[in-house]
Amino acid sequence: MRVERRETPSAWLALGAPFAAIALALLACTPLIMWHGSPVLEAYGLLLKGTLGSRGAATETLTRATPLVLTGLAAAVAFRARLWNIGAEGQLYLGAAAAAAVGAGAIAAPPWILIPLVLTIGVAAGALWLIGPALLKTRLGVDEVVTTLLLNFVMLLFISMMIEGPMKDPLGFGWPQSAPVLDEAALPKIVPKSRLHLGFVIAVVAAVVFWLIDTRTRWGFEARAVGSNPAAARFAGMTVQTVMIRVAILSGGLAGLAGACEVTGLRGYLALDLSPGFGYAGIVVAMLAQLHPLGVIGAAVFVAGVFVGADAMGRTLGVPGFIADVIVAASLMCMLLAMFAARYRIRR
Amino acid sequence: MSESGAPFVNEAAREVVLRVAGGTKRFGDLVANDDISLELRRGEVLGLLGENGAGKTTLMSILFGHYVADEGRIEAFGEPLPPGSPRAAIAAGIGMVHQHFTLADNLSVLDNIVLGSEPMWRLRSDLRGAASRLREHSRRFGLDVHPDALIGELSVGERQRVEILKALYRSARILILDEPTAVLTLQETESLFRTLGQMAAQGLSIIFISHKLDEVIAACGRVMVLRAGRVIGERPATGTNASRLAEMIVGHEVPATRRSAATPGEPVFELRGVNAGTGGRDRLHDVDLTVRAREIVGVAGVAGNGQGSLARVAGGHAAPTRGQALLFGEDASRSSASRDARGRVARIPDDRHALGIVSDLALWENAILDTANRRRFARFGIIRRREAKAFAEELIERFDIRCRGPDTPTGLLSGGNMQKLILGRVFSVRPRFIIANQPTRGLDVGAAAYVRKCLLEARDGGAAVLVISEDLDETLSIADRIAVVHRGRLSPPRAAESLTRREIGLLMAGQWDTVRDAR
Repeated sequence: MRVERRETPSAWLALGAPFAAIALALLACTPLIMWHGSPVLEAYGLLLKGTLGSRGAATETLTRATPLVLTGLAAAVAFRARLWNIGAEGQLYLGAAAAAAVGAGAIAAPPWILIPLVLTIGVAAGALWLIGPALLKTRLGVDEVVTTLLLNFVMLLFISMMIEGPMKDPLGFGWPQSAPVLDEAALPKIVPKSRLHLGFVIAVVAAVVFWLIDTRTRWGFEARAVGSNPAAARFAGMTVQTVMIRVAILSGGLAGLAGACEVTGLRGYLALDLSPGFGYAGIVVAMLAQLHPLGVIGAAVFVAGVFVGADAMGRTLGVPGFIADVIVAASLMCMLLAMFAARYRIRR
Repeated sequence: MSESGAPFVNEAAREVVLRVAGGTKRFGDLVANDDISLELRRGEVLGLLGENGAGKTTLMSILFGHYVADEGRIEAFGEPLPPGSPRAAIAAGIGMVHQHFTLADNLSVLDNIVLGSEPMWRLRSDLRGAASRLREHSRRFGLDVHPDALIGELSVGERQRVEILKALYRSARILILDEPTAVLTLQETESLFRTLGQMAAQGLSIIFISHKLDEVIAACGRVMVLRAGRVIGERPATGTNASRLAEMIVGHEVPATRRSAATPGEPVFELRGVNAGTGGRDRLHDVDLTVRAREIVGVAGVAGNGQGSLARVAGGHAAPTRGQALLFGEDASRSSASRDARGRVARIPDDRHALGIVSDLALWENAILDTANRRRFARFGIIRRREAKAFAEELIERFDIRCRGPDTPTGLLSGGNMQKLILGRVFSVRPRFIIANQPTRGLDVGAAAYVRKCLLEARDGGAAVLVISEDLDETLSIADRIAVVHRGRLSPPRAAESLTRREIGLLMAGQWDTVRDAR
């Protein structure tokens, strides 16, 4: 038996593979649910219902998907150019902190000025946090996996210091959180009586814009060339360092935007539990989407849906919450397997 | 294998060790192998010639079990060979040495050889026995390698010896070598040929695949030519010559490269007392060189004598550590690949896969790889896809690039077609200075002749051309002036007509004084 590349990849397989993968993942998690003693079909029914079953469930899924789309894009942008940015979590927090600092009354302005301003500052802050590692990589050859990962912890400590100190809300009853952002800085809700906010639209637009940059512009072209063969790109006269810095600004900026959107759209203030690891989950989302910018939207909604749905399932049946993690992990592995099966075949 | 060396035994009387009858393999509409029959006898070296895509690799892949033939039979030592199983091929005594080595750099020679041929659980206990067997093979065939040396520290020639030893260690009695000389220096090639002779004399049978006609004639007893998947003919090597074989390979007479006399113009590129290198070590020392418009300067030399650094400095990829480089009369000492790409400097890299193309991108994207910043292909940072694809179509048409169209993933092109794509890209800017580093390495006869024709046309169109080549015949056939690089020093260029092959050989060996005194 051996594996060989399919000469003509089939569109059916490519489209069907994700669904087959999800089915396979659910099948793989079945013993876990049975072991807990819950009825399997009912559990999966609740999972689906909790994800899409009602308006509340669907908007909740999309709300949860918003930061994942943005951090997923941040990872996809960087990985496509072979800049291994593991630090989206830190970039997200700096973006959130900057948005909270500016939006909480430092500047008073009408919403149509304040919202773009606050988001832009969030983007700039996130980008700033990745430029350092990118410069270290291009100038000195320092491995960015290490620097970006470690800077996440630096950032968490910095945030902790800020919300215990200078940014602490004087009216917060001593809770470690920042002062809330002004109403003029808050992103409007796009579905009434839900938590879904403008951030989701921004995230989708960001994905489309990145897709256009990637396929239609010289910057995207250079980034892809550098990503798949840096030596040839350099030989052809591209300046690999400039391309890397450009990619770092884009990637960090997207992660920063995720933080800014969470603060201004959902939370209203900065706290240490703002992100339950959105930065890391973004890597999973990007891999699930095969680093394709539009695929990121689907992958983010899927991951968010599993988490939100598993919450609902857990609440009703008492299935432990970690099962959501297991389902996400299992579907990631099955998805990679399915994608592989769609492109290769096994010959005896 | 006990009865060794009987060179004067009648060919027909020798035992047939490998027989292919009616081998046919199709890939969709393409017939890669069409009714191929082949017999290999004990102690014989059979040369297999053919253009890229003639079906040599397919045939060998069938023999080694990577592909299953659609029709036909294979017998090894009288027994039918089970199709589609490399393990069965190894068990039947077939060994393969690929062009690209399959060795682990971080392991020793011995580990690499034992790896995969011994059961894992007794790897350690048997190492001593393995080492002594390895040493015996090395001695018998003159394959000198130290068993404890790390692969990463070996030269290309030594790695190839390890690959051959690996096959022998697995008791191969039929050895298939796929373009074994493509990466070797002259000396390494000669030593390989001695080994092949020794192996044949001791009863091993060898199939030798190559593009280089002279080598096949020198190393083989019999030559077989494939074209478009069919066997075109078979000749004893002693009764044929390179031009007749070339004709068989391409199916028509290969036009000899014709060169009109040069009428050089202004100096375009100059090096004055240049040192250059990588990693803090100079590979070029005190080099002076002038390339003028309307002339081709050829740099000959054995691989690894500083050609890489010379190409990098000339192409603007590296700055000289000492001395001055002048391009169009201006100081170009600072490395500036991006500026040169905008100017009319064209660079043909020695390693197509690593430097020439981005294999994940489509053909049309590679066609504009170094011109994407021109207004023709990008406005306000937006790529003009229609324009770029039309340009790619034009290249496909003009340079006869065989592919499915501008959207073909470039990695699927054959080596020759990749080189045509690079040439098309390079010549489309009507360059005034061309640096061609090993422009025809690994190309078949027809494609190589085409590349040389393009370079000569560029020269006649007014370009200054610097050709760096390890293929002496190539340098002699197209260069107007020839310099030889040896240990980082460049001999003063001389008119090609005034140099004999012997003199160049001496220059390549570093005996410059002998050549000068003889004048």
